[in-house]
Amino acid sequence: MLGLKGRDITLFLIVVAMVIFAPFLLNPFPADSAMAQFNAGYPDLMQRFVIYGIFAIGFNILFGLTGYLSFGHAAFLGVGSYAAVWVFKLFTYDVIPAIAFSVVIAAIFALLIGYISLRRSGIYFAILTLAFAQMSYALAYSVLSNPKFNLTNGETGLQVYEGDPQMFHSPDLPNMPHLFGLSMRANYELHLGAWAFSFNAGYYLAAVMMLVMFYIAIRIFRSPFGMMLRAVKSNQTRMTYTGLNTRPYMLAAFVISGVYAGLAGGLLAAMDPLAGAERMQWTASGEVVLMTILGGAGTLIGPVLGAGFIKYFENIFSKIDDSILHG
Amino acid sequence: MDAIILQILNGLDKGSAYALIALGLTLIFGTLGVVNFAHGALFMIGAFCAVTLQKILGLSFVTIDETQKDFLGNPLKVETPYVDSWFGPDIGASIIDWSVPLAILFSIPIMLLVGLIMERGVIKHFYHRPHADQILVTFGLAIVLQEIVKGFFGANPVSTPAPELLSSSIDFGVMLGFAPNAIVYPAWRFVYFLFTAIIIGGVFSFLQFTTFGMVVRAGMADRETVGLLGINIDRRFTLMFAIAAAVAGLAGVMYAPINPPNYHMGMDFLVLSFVVVVVGGMGSLPGAVLAGFLLGILESFASTTWATTTIPGINQVIIYLVAIIVLLTRPRGLMGRKGVMED
Repeated sequence: MLGLKGRDITLFLIVVAMVIFAPFLLNPFPADSAMAQFNAGYPDLMQRFVIYGIFAIGFNILFGLTGYLSFGHAAFLGVGSYAAVWVFKLFTYDVIPAIAFSVVIAAIFALLIGYISLRRSGIYFAILTLAFAQMSYALAYSVLSNPKFNLTNGETGLQVYEGDPQMFHSPDLPNMPHLFGLSMRANYELHLGAWAFSFNAGYYLAAVMMLVMFYIAIRIFRSPFGMMLRAVKSNQTRMTYTGLNTRPYMLAAFVISGVYAGLAGGLLAAMDPLAGAERMQWTASGEVVLMTILGGAGTLIGPVLGAGFIKYFENIFSKIDDSILHG
Repeated sequence: MDAIILQILNGLDKGSAYALIALGLTLIFGTLGVVNFAHGALFMIGAFCAVTLQKILGLSFVTIDETQKDFLGNPLKVETPYVDSWFGPDIGASIIDWSVPLAILFSIPIMLLVGLIMERGVIKHFYHRPHADQILVTFGLAIVLQEIVKGFFGANPVSTPAPELLSSSIDFGVMLGFAPNAIVYPAWRFVYFLFTAIIIGGVFSFLQFTTFGMVVRAGMADRETVGLLGINIDRRFTLMFAIAAAVAGLAGVMYAPINPPNYHMGMDFLVLSFVVVVVGGMGSLPGAVLAGFLLGILESFASTTWATTTIPGINQVIIYLVAIIVLLTRPRGLMGRKGVMED
């Protein structure tokens, strides 16, 4: 089916089912019960699950297959977000062009950074990517937001204002990111007895994107190209001895993984049209490394689970404070 | 000329902090082969040792003084620090005033203990794991330590002033024969630099001139052979980890008056220190020190108005830019050896 074989089909179908029924699966507790605070089935968090899932899948294509640890991957996410918000500002709130543009910009960025960084390997590669990402962060935070040339809007974060051109925007369209008129915040609440489930347009758009990207990742893992990347991981010197130039393969993997990050960034902006420099900071890059390793680097489903795990704990457990414990 | 000297001096204090942290990182990497992302947190804990000691010394009891009245006419409550009542007001006040230098003594045992616990408790289990795992576990450790400190001291920077005597500025230019007020430099930063020089000298002579240091150097070169000679190299390396932690902690203690410590100061320094280590060359101790001072001074030159108007934002990116150029032209950093971290 779809060029997949055996266990991959099962895995893919399980993921499809989990993603579709996530609003049910993540809301196992009745809405008014004390356990309801452990429910993760609200739109904002579900969107983050799948978006950071995309980010981690992409990171895994680089790190899991080739073993090259990039410590600056958040830069591509941030660049993607900025690109998407600029499309919102200049042209239209429709998410398709915004996401497409963020992917293209992230790919160009990844091509440039990858071309230079891939000259080195091991910890040197990690530090090079980290240096590039921190440079982008510092520039986005300060210099690129001066009054003459305000590309990033600095500390406030880039957002859409009343006076922006928005050339293709018309009054009958929703005044927030939308897909052909369907607002990303459109939400349908289903009440079943004591339970409440919310179905969100933005979540399902991001979920479809994630499924597509997950499918592509499976195909990459099973392709000769993926095999080549794995060979680089196990012994790059031997690969070069066989007369093969690994650089183009590495660069391709780097750009693909940058594209995933750019797509995640574009989707983040599509859910909430705001882009800030802190998305590019090195702790954000560290987070995706954490997600991937926690879930299992080099496995297909691992990064998605890792992303879900970290985002769940970040959002649900950090909510538990004194007032909940003693209240 | 005086402007150049001033910028060099300005770069020295940041450079000193970079050099000390990078020295510790390189020590740990060279001995245990562990990439320690919690090193910035150790620096931060050091700074908070100074804060803690200051708070402890400032502990006071309240007495009601019947002879004085506050503005409502009630008897005035007077707070007297315990040290004042024990040693008399003059000595007590000067003990509180000198709390940061005193914190050096206070922090050494604490940092050694923290280092030992960290190494025996967590890092020991990660010697033979991939670097990615080590980074992950130490990164997690750093976050935990950071949140603990945040829980105790809050998220705001805690001001920890230097002793009265050293908190003024000295007119350094006059000593060198320049016009008065050409080079004015805070006295504490000068102390910080001297302190750094002493620590670095101490670490190097410890490694160079003691038997213990010789064994450690031998172990850095070839751990297996040293082990085969019947020397318990692991125990010595554990101690080196504790010493590296103490070095980072001392850097933090003395840095507290320069920048009021906050819980994320460690993370801010960590990334730059890693860049420093790599620029200096992985596993090279002199390289780490050299690169620390070099990058600190470069950063200070890039922060001048002349530099920021010529190339906007250069002060933010100079260190990373230099790192990229160095790594592309000298793959092993400035003084790196062959075969380190090249798998």
